[in-house]
Amino acid sequence: MKKLSDWYGGGTPWIWFNAGAVAISIVMVVGLLLLLTVRGMGHFWPRDVMQAVYAPPSASEAQSTVIIGEAVETETVSAAQISSSGIPVNESQPFYERQLVKLGNRDVTGVDFTWVLRDFVAEVEYPRNVVSLERREWGNFYGYLTAVLAEGEPVASASVDAPESDAAWEELSDRLSRALRIHDEIYDIERQEIGEINYAIERLRLQERRLELAGETTPDALAALDRERADLDGRYQQLSGQLALLYEQINRDSAIFLTAGGREVEIELADIVRAYRPNAMHLGNKLAIYFSKIGEFLTDVPREANTEGGIFPAIFGTVVMVMLMSVFVTPFGVIAAVYLREYAQQGAITRTIRIAVNNLAGVPSIVYGVFGLGFFIYFIGAEIDETFYQAALPAPTFGTPGLLWASLTLALLTVPVVIVATEEGLARIPRSVREGSLALGATKFETLWRVVLPMASPAMMTGLILAVARAAGEVAPLMLVGVVKLAPTLPLNGNYPYLHLDQKFMHLGFHIYDVGFQSPNVEAARPLVFATALLLVIVIGMLNLTAVYIRNQLREKYKSMDM
Amino acid sequence: MTDSSNNPAAVGSTKFRKVGVPRPGTRDKPMSAQQHGRCLEVRDLNLFYSKTRALADVSLSIPKRRVTAFIGPSGCGKSTLLRCFNRMNDLVDGVVINGTVELDGMDIYGRSVDVADLRRRVGMVFQKPNPFPKSIYENICYGLRIQGINKKRVLDEAVEKSLRAAALWEEVKDRLHESALGMSGGQQQRLVIARTIAVEPEVLLLDEPASALDPISTLKIEELVNELKERYTIVIVTHNMQQAARVSDFTAFMYMGNLIEFDTTDKLFTNPTEKKTEDYITGRYG
Repeated sequence: MKKLSDWYGGGTPWIWFNAGAVAISIVMVVGLLLLLTVRGMGHFWPRDVMQAVYAPPSASEAQSTVIIGEAVETETVSAAQISSSGIPVNESQPFYERQLVKLGNRDVTGVDFTWVLRDFVAEVEYPRNVVSLERREWGNFYGYLTAVLAEGEPVASASVDAPESDAAWEELSDRLSRALRIHDEIYDIERQEIGEINYAIERLRLQERRLELAGETTPDALAALDRERADLDGRYQQLSGQLALLYEQINRDSAIFLTAGGREVEIELADIVRAYRPNAMHLGNKLAIYFSKIGEFLTDVPREANTEGGIFPAIFGTVVMVMLMSVFVTPFGVIAAVYLREYAQQGAITRTIRIAVNNLAGVPSIVYGVFGLGFFIYFIGAEIDETFYQAALPAPTFGTPGLLWASLTLALLTVPVVIVATEEGLARIPRSVREGSLALGATKFETLWRVVLPMASPAMMTGLILAVARAAGEVAPLMLVGVVKLAPTLPLNGNYPYLHLDQKFMHLGFHIYDVGFQSPNVEAARPLVFATALLLVIVIGMLNLTAVYIRNQLREKYKSMDM
Repeated sequence: MTDSSNNPAAVGSTKFRKVGVPRPGTRDKPMSAQQHGRCLEVRDLNLFYSKTRALADVSLSIPKRRVTAFIGPSGCGKSTLLRCFNRMNDLVDGVVINGTVELDGMDIYGRSVDVADLRRRVGMVFQKPNPFPKSIYENICYGLRIQGINKKRVLDEAVEKSLRAAALWEEVKDRLHESALGMSGGQQQRLVIARTIAVEPEVLLLDEPASALDPISTLKIEELVNELKERYTIVIVTHNMQQAARVSDFTAFMYMGNLIEFDTTDKLFTNPTEKKTEDYITGRYG
């Protein structure tokens, strides 16, 4: 008994208790990251494509189908559940293994995922010549290449039963890389150059409207505008001529594939993003495909209602918005904290204000969204439009959700954090240093500006770190003030004025919600939810690490003062 | 440690020097405060912290270009009096001051006085070294930059001059642009003195400048005070009586907010008029 009370009195159980809590936290964080990584990053691996005969028991006549697809996941279900879904299985066997297979070919069969019962799958094989296509529309395609056509005429052909012959496949690969090159050119012209021209034409229209509103539509001015417009039109004509030529070139080639159901399908090479034969590839090739897919995911724009392609606009939007928010929140929070701590009379009113500021941090974020919509957008935005963007009305410029308002709303949401952290930092600056500055003939403002604020800068950075951590993960208010499902045009681009504060943007957090819940194809999109979540964690982590790095530099510079 | 490069003999000699005996050659002929040119003139100064009276009807004249020491037990008001001379007490909430303090005939509590300008003329060094977290060079330049002086040539000159005056130049001339926070406590305190004299004040207020330092650094500060009095009026607060005896020409003894006795240091330590003074310097209380 003595020993137990010693053990207890010595605090050992508490140490174990604390260590246990820490261990559980670490396990949870690591587990979370691991889950996101495995579920998210596994999506990009070019899995082997199986061909099998599936013959499930049926109440009427038994039918068997050939399926080609990727095995996605497996689960165990009770026999009763399967029977109730209409498949008469033997109920003496309690459980059946069920497998989700990605069949692709949505345009041909209408379904691109199916559940099969393992027990009724037979003749599983991995033919070397199964082709996996990623397409710009209709999702993946799995099948056998039978012929490559140029302008409708066959240039190479292959037989399904001769998996060792590579001639047609090589022909396809060559022609595909040509098609992809042309596609890039088309993309550049459409997005970049024509985008610029459209933007310039829109600006001319607004300029004309502005002249009209000001009553300054002199023939000279109009003629000048017309000249510019004619110039732009000329460039547009020239580009669309180029485009027509490129389209003609890209549509030259197509290929014929045989599906699992035995149907022949002709697919334009222009519609193909990536083609590979997973069963014929060794590890190196697979890795190359894997990284090229991850690269696409990180740098490309979304396709097919966000379920394919990349999420670069969302990454970019998140980062730009958080940075803008930092730019707004830091000066504002610091100035407010300096006033509260250094200038305001410390009394009942200041105390009340401080409590109010602290409570502001506890207001649910969606409330800030509503406030941002009502105050920033409908009130301030509308006023700005009335005053400065009359030419564009009735189309709103700032009177509609956009990057500026989202950043400001989040700045408002996080400003209490910055105020509290800065105030604490200011309170920690030793009196002796302030007096030292004052004794040299500095005014209070000079002392603040030259000594106190620099010394308090690590505390400000701490506030900013907390603000960034909170803001980057916030989704709810953003849905009201500027985030949209798809906005491939980046808010920062080469068109004057470069940073488009009025533009709507994409956000990783909202992207997760959108892909996970609003997607037309939930099965296909699920891995992307994990991958995007992982990316969101990484982006927030990097933003935070940058801020922490800056803070540590500042701390190093101003360390000392432990008086 | 650069401080240890000091001549050990000097340390020994401080140790064994008798209280109240001035160091030979550093002391002018005894002279009363009234005969000497006045720098600061204090008349009927009262100071209250909310309800507490911290200074009661203090009147005295601080002579020009001499070292005046304030001694007395803790809480006697000596630091408070010192901080009245550059209006540092203004920073404390709820302080009420009446009476006059004149600097060369100008009432420093007058309405037209620019406090920042006053503090430039009356520099102050605090108990603990308080260098700014900047380079040594920028610490010295601070007061000058505040005045809008930014010419590199002027600043360079001022830095060297001030550091030489504070006997620090040789120790730091090769690392002027390193952080001042890397220096030893004694060096930091001399840097603070250099920073203060860089703005060319008329008066130097030293508030227990050596109380946080080791004996060697203390000695250096004392030597520095002796050199600086050629050019500045120095007022030093100390609760180390030996130090007061060593460095000052005049000494004021304060007790409970009252100025008990103010005289030449020799006179005050060897032949005090007041009983309280005698009790204090002989160690009967305090």
